[in-house]
Parts: sequence; C-alpha cells; structure tokens
Amino acid sequence: MITIRREVCGYCGACVSVCPSGALELIDAYLSVDSRLCKPKCKLCSTVCPLGAILRSEE
Amino acid sequence: MKDSYDILVVGGGPGGAVAARKAAEAGLSVLLVEKRSAVGVPVRSGESIGKDELLEFIDADQRFISAEINSVSLIEPDGSVSVSTKGIEYILDRKVFDRELIWRAAEAGAEIQVHARASSPIMEGEKVCGAVIEQHGKTYDVRAKIVIAADGVESKFAKWAGIDTTIPQDGIMSCVQYVVNDIDIDERTKQFYISPEDAPGGYIWIFPKGKRCANIGVGIPGTDGYKARSYLDSFIEKKFPNGKITELSAGGVPVCGPLKETAADGLLVVGDAARLSDSVTRRGIYNAMFTGRLAAEVAILAVESGNSSKEFLMAYDKAWREEKISLIPNENTKHLE
Repeated sequence: MITIRREVCGYCGACVSVCPSGALELIDAYLSVDSRLCKPKCKLCSTVCPLGAILRSEE
Repeated sequence: MKDSYDILVVGGGPGGAVAARKAAEAGLSVLLVEKRSAVGVPVRSGESIGKDELLEFIDADQRFISAEINSVSLIEPDGSVSVSTKGIEYILDRKVFDRELIWRAAEAGAEIQVHARASSPIMEGEKVCGAVIEQHGKTYDVRAKIVIAADGVESKFAKWAGIDTTIPQDGIMSCVQYVVNDIDIDERTKQFYISPEDAPGGYIWIFPKGKRCANIGVGIPGTDGYKARSYLDSFIEKKFPNGKITELSAGGVPVCGPLKETAADGLLVVGDAARLSDSVTRRGIYNAMFTGRLAAEVAILAVESGNSSKEFLMAYDKAWREEKISLIPNENTKHLE
C-alpha cells in the first residue's frame, strides 16, 4: 500500500500515468487511491513522483 | 447539461478546447467537461511554443504571451555553449492562454461545464457512447456520438475504454518547475543545461517569462523521479541564490512515444492523453492543439456520415502519424537530439 503525503503532492498526475493497475486518480486536485486495486509490492508511483509525495508503507 | 450531444470532449486544456471550438464551428452540438473548477491551473508546462505554431490556432495577444524568444542556448557539461537563432518562440502565460482558448470554444457554441468529471465511459459492447459526468454532487449520463479524450497525462478515460495508456517508468520524465523572480537573465534566450551533475539523465531549462523572471525547471527520468525537486533546489541555490521563488509546479512528460492506437469505437484520444508530448522537442502544447483540431475534423465527418466506428475514426490516427507533428524536432531544438 501507499501513503499519499497530501501536503507535498503537486497534483501533477505523473503517478496516475504510470500506475499499471489504474488504482490512482486525480479527482479535481485531489489524488485518490483505490486500495482494492493498488498492488502491495509495486512502487512505480512513489519512484516517479517528482515531489516525493508518495511513500510506500511497509505492511 | 443535456442528455446527449454530437461530441463530448473530456478535458479543457489546449487539445480539448481546440477540438470543442472546431466541432462547434461546424455546427455540431458539443459538451466540454473540465474536472477542475477552472481551466489553466495548476500550470504544468514550460509554456513554450513556436510563434508560427501558435498562429495556426490563435492570434498572438500580449495578454497571454509572457516573453518572445529569439535564441536558444544549449550549455554542455563541459561549459561549452551553442546558440541557435532560428525562428521566434513564445513563452506563454498558460493561465490566460488556456482560458482564452476555452472562451473561443464557448463563443463558437460549445457548452462548457467546469468542476465536472467524467467518471466512467458509457459503453455498448466495445463502443464508447458517452460518459457518466459527476458535477456538484450529482451524476449525469451524457451520451455522445463521439467522445474526444483530452484528459492529459493523467488520462483515465481511454484506459477505461480499453486502450492501454500506462506509461512505463522509463518512459516518463519527472519534472519540477519554479517561477523565479528578481534574477539576471537574458529575456530573449531560452537556456538548456545538459549536466550529469545537475540533472542526471535529463536537463534543466530556463525559459524567460519577462523582466527578471523565468520558468526554471528540471526533468529527470522517472526511474529516479522522486529526486527531481532536490536537483532543482541545488541548481537554483548555485546559480540564482538571490532568486525569489513565486510558484511551484510539477509534472510528468511522456517520452514513451504515442499510443499504438489513438482511436476506438466512438473514441478519439488527443494530446498528452495520447502521449503526444515530447520532452526533446517540447511541443506538447502544439501537438495537443494539432491533434485536437484533427480529431474534430474526423469527428465532424463521422457525425455527418453516421459512422463512428473505429475503422472510420482511425483516419485520425493515420492522419497525424503522416503529418509534421509527432516527434520531428523543429529548427530550434534539433540540436538537442
């Protein structure tokens, strides 16, 4: 799972474009994650995010 | 909002706005939905376009032109500088420019709805027949003969309709940009720094926005994307320690190449949503407007002939691939390849 640091996020959508599961969506200027679709081991979005706004939370 | 339109455009950036205007000018009924409460913000762009490219779509207006550029400098890792002086480029003020394009679409007769999000396509089998629109807490089923997906880098619409739009991690440049004020710059020169130290695998740009002001940004491969802001901060600290940062924007620029197919039954995909931007040529705005216009032209023919099949709409896909857009650099940026 991922944790979105909303105070860091710049609403750019780079994460959405690389998410292979379609789990992320930028709704207005608010990044939402569908936890049912987000894959536990994937970290593509947190690597790509230019502001470092997405953290992978180790479960 | 009505129940049905000839054309539904998803997204109010330059691609969507030009498509909506063109289709409305031809007398079609057009709805454009923009999920944000305003167009043009947040800015996610270096705001650069060639003068000739701009003039294909709209008259130049000082209200949305921040600076006129007549040379491009490329600074290599060893400090050597090469200057190119072919053609005039503009640095736009996208907040004004995008709104102006939307106003033109509205004046042409397109209906514009803001804070209105396409949350899923309406499908009949494989065919896109409209979209579910959420606005102000209400949900509307809007049918359309053709949907034009102009929903940008974070495009979901085409993916929902069955087109694989996922960008591989090494197919995106992670970018951060500041507007920096009170700095000594040449107001008429765009600068690119190619530097393994300042921006490994990518580059830093300085695009003047007028007197003592510039867009200064960094783009690095997505595989290290989360480091982008720290590279930019280091560069600014080194080159412009007294600069005042008055705006922050972030963005992902697709460099993976266009989608394999940009049309489906009832659907056309334009601009960044079709991955038609390119960080080398920096022609994202032009490519979006170009494909927006072309999509509308094909959509007009499709509505007139009552045929919105993929087979028919692929004429759009074929046409832009044969055109001068795509990934051919212009004179000013050829040397960046």
